[in-house]
Amino acid sequence: MLDRNFYRQLYRIRRVEEELVRLYPTDQITSPIHLSIGQEAVSVGVCEALRPSDVVFGTYRSHAYYLAKGGDLRGMIAELYGKATGVAQGKAGSMHLADPDHGVMGASAVVASTIPQAVGYALAMKMRREDRVVVVFFGDGATEEGVFYESLNFAALRSLPILFICENNSYAIHSPLSSRQASPDICRKAEAMGLLAERLETLDIYELYARTCRRVTELRAGRTAPVLIECLCYRWKEHVGPGEDFAAGYRSAGECRAWQQADVLVTVGSRLNAAVRQEIEQSVEEEIREAFAFAQCSPFPAGNELYTDLYA
Amino acid sequence: MTYVQAVREATAQEMARDDRVFVMGQGVDDFKGMYGTTAGLAEQFGRERVFDLPLSEEGTTGVAVGAALAGLRPIHTHIRMDFLLLAMNQIVNIAAKSRYMFGGRVRVPLVIRAVIGRGWGQGAQHSQGLHSMFMHVPGLRVVAPATPYDAKGLLIQSIRDDNPVIFIEHRLLYGRQSHVPEELYTVPFGRARILAAGDDVTLVGISHAVVECLRAQRTLSQHGISAEVIDAVSLSPLDTETLAASVRKTGRLLVVDTAWTFCGASAEIVAAVAEALGGGVPFAFQRMGFAPVVCPTSKPLEKLFYPNPQTIARAAHRLVRPKAPDLQVDSAESPEIAEFKGPF
Repeated sequence: MLDRNFYRQLYRIRRVEEELVRLYPTDQITSPIHLSIGQEAVSVGVCEALRPSDVVFGTYRSHAYYLAKGGDLRGMIAELYGKATGVAQGKAGSMHLADPDHGVMGASAVVASTIPQAVGYALAMKMRREDRVVVVFFGDGATEEGVFYESLNFAALRSLPILFICENNSYAIHSPLSSRQASPDICRKAEAMGLLAERLETLDIYELYARTCRRVTELRAGRTAPVLIECLCYRWKEHVGPGEDFAAGYRSAGECRAWQQADVLVTVGSRLNAAVRQEIEQSVEEEIREAFAFAQCSPFPAGNELYTDLYA
Repeated sequence: MTYVQAVREATAQEMARDDRVFVMGQGVDDFKGMYGTTAGLAEQFGRERVFDLPLSEEGTTGVAVGAALAGLRPIHTHIRMDFLLLAMNQIVNIAAKSRYMFGGRVRVPLVIRAVIGRGWGQGAQHSQGLHSMFMHVPGLRVVAPATPYDAKGLLIQSIRDDNPVIFIEHRLLYGRQSHVPEELYTVPFGRARILAAGDDVTLVGISHAVVECLRAQRTLSQHGISAEVIDAVSLSPLDTETLAASVRKTGRLLVVDTAWTFCGASAEIVAAVAEALGGGVPFAFQRMGFAPVVCPTSKPLEKLFYPNPQTIARAAHRLVRPKAPDLQVDSAESPEIAEFKGPF
């Protein structure tokens, strides 16, 4: 069952983003997109271990965790198209995707900005004595922002039920980690702030899932300090946009090839028989076709929508 | 009741009424209790609802926003407004925008209390009135009550509001007394308060400047000038209607801010009044505020940095009688300024 769920989620996210790559040149989507292709397994491995009532916060590279947590697909595609039927009626785009009904809180375009809100959400859960947990996704670049340390300190100080997931893909836009951090051991920094921290050197979705299950169970029971899991991964596409950028010189196609050869989607798929795989793929393709058609034929927001929802 | 007591009472009554309300801020549970505004609240409501914070303004503001997104109603306190600059990302990029950018699917019921300091050499970074920065940003509410009555009513209103509110207090207003009803009541956003009626000139004050305007008004009346004094109270939304109606009557507007004038609340008020009057009613106007420099610590220089009742009265007199010689008034220092003693 786990294999099927993983495959369905991984395939769905990959194919949604491949469709975005295919359609982006048509200029029907007129806002920035940051693709997760290659990194999907982090979101899937973590979110599979969560309950619907748990809450995730994230970044502008939002598609993978949004979908893995159960965010509405039609509403997402319509949102990217700037349509009135989007999850935020065309006010969020890809960079601020949120679906609170499914526990997907917003994303921010300003690196690390959502980390303290995730901590505050966890504080509220603890004050209300709930057994829910918060997961916050962020990249290696976020660990250079001051608010990252402020947030870790507060979470540890108050022993909050929160899991920090660092998707370390080695690059902040085009800047490698080595040009940004004197001591690139992110786990040690988290430990210094009072968290438990562990690193996954390979993108092993089963291992990530198992560790998340264990940690989340402990967090729910209030038996552990907050936890940070650093997941090494690799972004296959350019930082923003649908293309590849290996010709730009800041990284090599060879570096990426090693990750592509270990594609988690293929690994998980190979554990299923062809008929099961095909059944999953067909249903996902149908869902994606329907979602894009829905987005394309939805109306744009009316002019008066400009002024709605500024204040509650 | 003093301003301090009014703020404390509003907080305590709302905490008793609604268990989602909690207070977080540096030193809110210590022996000084945020100048007394949070004194005893930790004992009364428990340390889970009234707690100290690490010195992490951006992080803790984000924590407050997150708790608000989760349905709680945090009151986040800052002993000096200057520290809000460390939290601008969370206030401007997140708190103000979350509801709109998530399509109206979340609420951010957050109160940020911030104190403007003055006197005893507060200097460059303990004296700033930064309200215009927040007024510039859609999605925030900005209020600066000058009286104990409005402090209590507006704080209750702010706590009950489902949007982020920047609630600005002034250190020199804390000792001011006025009648404050014991029961719970609210003062609405977007409502200015006419504190003295007059026909010759409209004096609009913001925060502590309101008190100085009232003193100037008494001086002016001794010289046969009838000044209408309006406390702006709510800066965003702004009560343009009340301000414009007064200027329509007096034909003269003097705005006195507890901040700089350039790109400030005073500029906005003059522009808003002019737009509301549609150009059909010409009016004379002037703005006053901090000198356009950094606040110095040396007492004689610090004194020159701020408008005072004498400079306000003189400016208003000039607006009313432009051809008369300058008004001569004795330069007694306002008592709360003369009496204010540090160390903080």
